[in-house]
Amino acid sequence: MELVLSEDQELLAKTAIDFVRTRSPVSRMRALRDAQDPIGFSRTLWKEMAELGWVGILIPEAYGGANMGLADLVVVLEALGRTLAPEPFLSTILLGGQLLTQAGSEEQKQAWLPGIASGDKILTVAYQEARSRYDLNRVATKAEQQSGSWVLSGEKIQVLDGHTADALIVSARTAGGQNDQDGITLFLIPRDTPGLTVTRQQRIDDRAVALVSLDSVKVGAGSLLGPLGGGFEILSQVVDRATVGLCAEMLGGMSQIFDDTLNYLKTRQQFGALIGTFQALKHRAARLFMEIELARSSVMAAARAADAGDKDWESLISLAKARGSDTFLLAANEGVQMHGGIGMTDEHDAGFYLKRARVAEMTFGDAAWHRERWATLHKY
Amino acid sequence: MADLEKFRAETRRWLSDNAPPSIKGTTLGLGEGNWGGRKATYPNPDMKAWLNVMAARGWTAPEWPAQYGGGGLSKAEAKVLRDEMAALKLPAPLVGFGLTMIGPTLLEYGTEDQKQEHLSKIIRGDIRWCQGYSEPGSGSDLASLQTRAVLQGDYYVINGQKIWTSYANYSDWMFMLVRTDPQAPKHEGITFILMDMASPGVETRPIKLISGSSPFCETFLTDVQVPAKNVVFKVNHGWTVAKALLNHERTMIASAFGSGTGRRQTIGDYARKYVDFEGERIADTTLRTRMTQYEMDALAFKLTSDRARDAAKAGLPPGSESSMFKIYGTELNQRRQELLGSIAGPQALGWEGSGFEEQELSQTRDWLRSRGNTIEGGTSEVQLNIIAKRVLGLPD
Repeated sequence: MELVLSEDQELLAKTAIDFVRTRSPVSRMRALRDAQDPIGFSRTLWKEMAELGWVGILIPEAYGGANMGLADLVVVLEALGRTLAPEPFLSTILLGGQLLTQAGSEEQKQAWLPGIASGDKILTVAYQEARSRYDLNRVATKAEQQSGSWVLSGEKIQVLDGHTADALIVSARTAGGQNDQDGITLFLIPRDTPGLTVTRQQRIDDRAVALVSLDSVKVGAGSLLGPLGGGFEILSQVVDRATVGLCAEMLGGMSQIFDDTLNYLKTRQQFGALIGTFQALKHRAARLFMEIELARSSVMAAARAADAGDKDWESLISLAKARGSDTFLLAANEGVQMHGGIGMTDEHDAGFYLKRARVAEMTFGDAAWHRERWATLHKY
Repeated sequence: MADLEKFRAETRRWLSDNAPPSIKGTTLGLGEGNWGGRKATYPNPDMKAWLNVMAARGWTAPEWPAQYGGGGLSKAEAKVLRDEMAALKLPAPLVGFGLTMIGPTLLEYGTEDQKQEHLSKIIRGDIRWCQGYSEPGSGSDLASLQTRAVLQGDYYVINGQKIWTSYANYSDWMFMLVRTDPQAPKHEGITFILMDMASPGVETRPIKLISGSSPFCETFLTDVQVPAKNVVFKVNHGWTVAKALLNHERTMIASAFGSGTGRRQTIGDYARKYVDFEGERIADTTLRTRMTQYEMDALAFKLTSDRARDAAKAGLPPGSESSMFKIYGTELNQRRQELLGSIAGPQALGWEGSGFEEQELSQTRDWLRSRGNTIEGGTSEVQLNIIAKRVLGLPD
């Protein structure tokens, strides 16, 4: 495993950073929030990202994608994370698109993947419930067979882009007890299916998420995604890979708030001196720098291990997410603190990074959850 | 690539043919290994034979130019050599400050005569070097050093005292910083010079540390005559050389700590001997969390070292990571030593004598010794200042 960007990846990074600077400053995300935008992201920009080839990076060539790896996609996601761009990479690409690619039937792939790669279709995965915390096996939503159809009932929370998705992949229990890994099945359900209600939820980070209620939603046998009762395995693998993508976004976020903070230390005067001359702040900044460097190495390693299918890939993903969660939060907290009074205000961007850090921390398992998993994998 | 694989096959065969069997599987801890020099002793004579056979190929200094006796290998070939030595469980034939500090510095700043005179002796392990930097009044503020050197004809006459000179009592030569212009601003009156420890007026005295070991000495210099041709780079420009050498030193310290190379066992193995497990889980959940946190941080650190190495191999300019590696690596080692002690519990409290295993006693000494790691070679606080200034561009 080479922990260095290839020439193509360097170029991709440069393109992405230039794009973010000119087309997607943080003010764009702020405007979406202030306007209470009904979509929550820009369809125009999403389409442009598709034209640049970013949306299709992970999608196989046969379905209009570029069939590249996570190591390539993370370069783009890091750049987008720098300015908190809310476009639906997590929902549509890392979760929905990957589930379809890994487990979909030929017919399902043909129906969805080209539309996703072109930036026209939005897809999401409804896997989280109010009492599931971070465990994908804690599924109370039920699916029962009734004369050749499946009938689903239950509630899913904080479904990313759930209110705009053309279809949702829902995890539901078809057998077993509430926490069993076996007996979970994935269903691909168009959003306009009767009985499925989507309500926008307001979260601290203002990303578009929705509460999804399933009230006797009736779907055909063709809606099954992957094997009956075998959804947990597939979902776990896809969420693991998606976690790498999230970690890259977090890396971008922590790097940017750190850069903003450094810039403030170099310009803000108090007691007749630049505050960056104070050793109390210098040392904290230097320690934060080290933590971010370690986070970067962890993300690069996790992406490459996931692409190569290395045997320690799960362990490296837990390393990246535990470290990413802690470090993004630290960088955001330090960012607010070192900015002083202005850092507490809504007017300043620091708060956006703090809010996103907290949400990202609690998506796909927080630091403690991943350390626990790492310990178990290493027999500690 | 094919060439590299050919080189790998040849290297493997050569190592396997030429390494004395008795040294295979010799694991060496920090400060152990063959330091060479006139005073070297060889409890296992095969270690000397191993040094000679490797030195003859220049493989004690694989990446140094062949014209000075080095191996002349590319970075990629040197890595192949390291990998193949690791695969055969062969110890380094030679360690020390000649290879890691003064050698690279002479390659960069030395005159042709200095390179000719010193490099091959380093490569062959004939001469052991020590570092004369710190003084009693100049610790973290190294540039305030007071040891005076006055030019008299072809010689500098040196008077003063150095401290924290690693292994001065076993060394043959010292590279040192001396003040040649007391009137100049403190960074501008310093000269970097090479001194034969056998010169009249040099006296060394070991310092006993809290661990009981004495890796450092005080070095007293009284009217020591050093030829003026032993000045490296320019008179009064020693600080430039000193800083370059400090980077080599920090890289060496960082690679010695935390990278996990040469570890005899993991902390998990150690824990199995002392603490209760419930199935595969450590029963004490607090200890389990500490161990996990340490291991994960150590892995992230190792990946960062790998990243720096891969970037160098790809021909990218080095980042300013060397300061970071020193702080983080040494702090990790301290955490590791504390953790090992916590795992062993009261068995980690022995100083010497009965009732304690050899491994327990040495772990306790290692823990005490590790406290110095964040002080020697530039304290962590100084390293943080360096990162703040050079990497982050924060104002003075």
